[in-house]
Amino acid sequence: MMASSAPSSAPRAVKKMDWLRACPPYAPGTYVREEDIRGEKVTFIEDRPDLRYSWTAGQAISRFLNGLKEGKIYGVKCNKCRRIMVPPRVFCELCYKPIDEWVELKDTGTVLTFSISYVGPDAEPLPEPVIPAVIEVDGASPGMGILHILGEVKPEDVYIGMRVKAVWKDEKEREGAITDIKYWKPLEMRR
Amino acid sequence: MYEAAVRAYEDAGINPRKDVDSFVTCAEDFYEGFAIFDEFVPDQLGAMLKPTCTICADFLYGLATAYMQIKAGLADIVVVEAHSKASDIKTFGNVIKHAMDPIWLRPIGSAHPYYLAGLEMRLYMHGRGIREEDIARVVVKNRGNALLNPSAPYAAKLTIEDVLSSPKVFDPLKKAEIAERADGCVVFVLASDEVARRLTDSPVWLRGIGWWSETSGYDTASFSALYAYKAAKMAYKMAGITDPAKEIDFAEVDDRFAFKELQHIEALGLAKGPDLPALISGGYFEKDGEKPVNVSGGSLGCGNLLECTGGQKALEVVLQLRREAGRRQLDDCEIGVAQSWRYLPTNSGAVAVFGV
Amino acid sequence: MEKISGLKFHKKRNVAIVGAGMTLWRRRLLETGRELSYLAVKQALEEAGLTLDDVEAVVMGSAPDAFDGVHIKGDYLLDGAGGSDRPYVRVFVGGGTAVFAPIAGYWHVASGLFDVVLVVCEEKMSSVHPHAQTAFRNIWDPILERPLKPNLTWIFAMEMRRYMEVNKVKHEDIALVAVKNKKNALDHPCAQLPGRITVEDVLKSEPIALPVRRLDISPPSDGAAALVMVAEHLARHLTDEPVWVTGVGWCLDTTWWTNRDLYFPRYVAEAARMAYKMAHITDPRKQIDVVEPYDPFDYKELHHLEGLGLAKKGEAPILTREGVTERDGDLPVCPSGGLLGVGNPISAAMGVKACEIYWQLAYRAGKRQVKKEVTTGLCQAWGDLMQIGTVMIMSNKRP
Repeated sequence: MMASSAPSSAPRAVKKMDWLRACPPYAPGTYVREEDIRGEKVTFIEDRPDLRYSWTAGQAISRFLNGLKEGKIYGVKCNKCRRIMVPPRVFCELCYKPIDEWVELKDTGTVLTFSISYVGPDAEPLPEPVIPAVIEVDGASPGMGILHILGEVKPEDVYIGMRVKAVWKDEKEREGAITDIKYWKPLEMRR
Repeated sequence: MYEAAVRAYEDAGINPRKDVDSFVTCAEDFYEGFAIFDEFVPDQLGAMLKPTCTICADFLYGLATAYMQIKAGLADIVVVEAHSKASDIKTFGNVIKHAMDPIWLRPIGSAHPYYLAGLEMRLYMHGRGIREEDIARVVVKNRGNALLNPSAPYAAKLTIEDVLSSPKVFDPLKKAEIAERADGCVVFVLASDEVARRLTDSPVWLRGIGWWSETSGYDTASFSALYAYKAAKMAYKMAGITDPAKEIDFAEVDDRFAFKELQHIEALGLAKGPDLPALISGGYFEKDGEKPVNVSGGSLGCGNLLECTGGQKALEVVLQLRREAGRRQLDDCEIGVAQSWRYLPTNSGAVAVFGV
Repeated sequence: MEKISGLKFHKKRNVAIVGAGMTLWRRRLLETGRELSYLAVKQALEEAGLTLDDVEAVVMGSAPDAFDGVHIKGDYLLDGAGGSDRPYVRVFVGGGTAVFAPIAGYWHVASGLFDVVLVVCEEKMSSVHPHAQTAFRNIWDPILERPLKPNLTWIFAMEMRRYMEVNKVKHEDIALVAVKNKKNALDHPCAQLPGRITVEDVLKSEPIALPVRRLDISPPSDGAAALVMVAEHLARHLTDEPVWVTGVGWCLDTTWWTNRDLYFPRYVAEAARMAYKMAHITDPRKQIDVVEPYDPFDYKELHHLEGLGLAKKGEAPILTREGVTERDGDLPVCPSGGLLGVGNPISAAMGVKACEIYWQLAYRAGKRQVKKEVTTGLCQAWGDLMQIGTVMIMSNKRP
């Protein structure tokens, strides 16, 4: 099917082939199975890169981590939009100005959402499921959550809106890391 | 990032939450140590819930992106950001090695990949008849120029002997000829012509921008900074420059390896290759010479800022054109060129022409 | 073809897509990243009737370098993608790249700098061992999140639960999306996981991170896709059926994802708003004929339909249940089979998003062609930590 509307002085006539009616017309590529690699039917090269970084925590998070070491959860307040935010930051991203004060928050909260995970970070199966959750911390503005794990609860008993409390490591074991809180446990159970 | 951005917005007189249409950050994942770097960018720039993107390239490519977005009518004001947190990277050599082709290049030997620069340097010196003293002079000039630059961490008063006697870590490349890494951030605010004229009386114009890639393989490249030559050609055409040797007043070129400065000067058309040795010893490219190159101290003086390198160069050009370069100020400059390379092991680079 | 060379400087030009191509998508392909890019580019140029000499600039979209295992992946791939000896740049916004790369291609041409631009997206997720998920370890905040050993599916699982809770949606309704898309994928030559499954199969499949189960997720894939974008005056010479880019939008939300209510993707809504404005669309539900939203998980298709304003909040599952989103429905969604059916090579997903809408509007989708007449189509992608929405609207009407 030739294009009828192209001007006759066009340098190249428009090509139209019937196979163009079903695109993509073919699927180039060669499928290789896991067995082919393990059975060494395919040449391959292995490389183990050694890439190490050490990131600076920044001012706000450093202070937050020090707070965790003391067994306290800190948030920050912006006087313009009046939000109390956690995790803390040096400036308010909505108002684009530095935050005004630091506020100590409670170590209780509400589950905003959660999941029951059967896989680890490398997609390997876990012996026991892990329950990650976004927990709205009491004392911060509504919706201000942090990511953490739930514990001392059966997966089927967790629900959105559940009240939870942080379970801390022993004071001498704390190192100023998010893992100073071992997990959050339920304050009460829904009937 | 926040500090640089706040200063840039103050300088431009804009509120990023309201006035800026698009944000561009220039970052490579492995330089940061994060996957998907633009995740971590919006809040610091005031870009939350606004169009933001990452260009995996140097700052000057970010300028090109901003230019295209404005010209396409997609934005009136665009913010470009790049930074280096090189101090976070503990295994820099391995990161560079990670950029090499995994099948052909990486398995060869276990040396730090800077030997690639050593290979190129030897070919270049041989082809152009450039001596080690000429290249050493570049180091002396740049690190000396940096003494007048308050932002430069590696300023020093060196002599040619100091450079020549520094250890030949990748013969013929010497330790003193390699720019040390540094941290920093540069933020630019670009605007279309109507908006720029409204915001300020004396804008500095991005007259031309070009970028070019030669090829992936370090082993198949021409080793002649062809990327800089072609990118410059593109940028000059846009800027209407036909005789760069005459029309360009000063330049900031990529000198993260000292010999590269000479290669880039030639590629940008600022001088002819065979003339270089004589011009260098005659002080042609010194701060008070005919064609000052790297008055800021270049990367040798200011540090290897990874993808922000182009930002450092562009910043210097803009400061000079605005007559805000303090003790480094050049007289009579109207057109300046900033050029950067994507570093080892690439053959890509960009060129930006600024004018008043 | 007249030799196109040099730079042009016009303002606000119309940009058309005249060719697209993609490779086979599988969990593991033999070809290297460069070879995959080459294969996709070759197909796209064939359809467009152009050669590499005609291409003036190349835009590459490719997702985390960690997958391929090469730093500065853009430069590593450029030979295969046709980037040698021309302006070449790589853009990357996580998964949103699938639609962002064509947007970048759009501004290359619309700015007047280039007349013919090649957009290529490539992904080789099989290079990283032990599993592609390992590369995703690095998207988390290293201090606040990584020590908790998160898996990528956690965010999806939590977002899905929030969506189900707030909108009162049952898993059965969400599973219908997986059923539909895998069925649609039976007609796609590149598809990795086409098939006829039932809602039962989805609900019984292996739990990954509840409520997400194995059949709710799209697989990691190797693959590439390419598009050819040209300026108006060339489009008319090259083809009877250019497809025009009429609207683009992209938007990035805050890094603090735990501070957001996840049930509604406001960044998608913002991006869509921009694109609709540019395309002069006031009633998306009526004016958009076919949609390819990003569907790495089945609930995501619904989530995004609502974000795009094509369904009211909570309405998307109802539309699915009533068959409105089938190929013969009133608003066909993911006629290609989407990521669930064809595969998910992150940025190369462009093949079933932007390329599919192009093929649908050019009436070249073969067995996948939707029943109704189509003039305007929308493709959307999403990426990062629940952050970026990228939207592109195309039309086959003369601009």
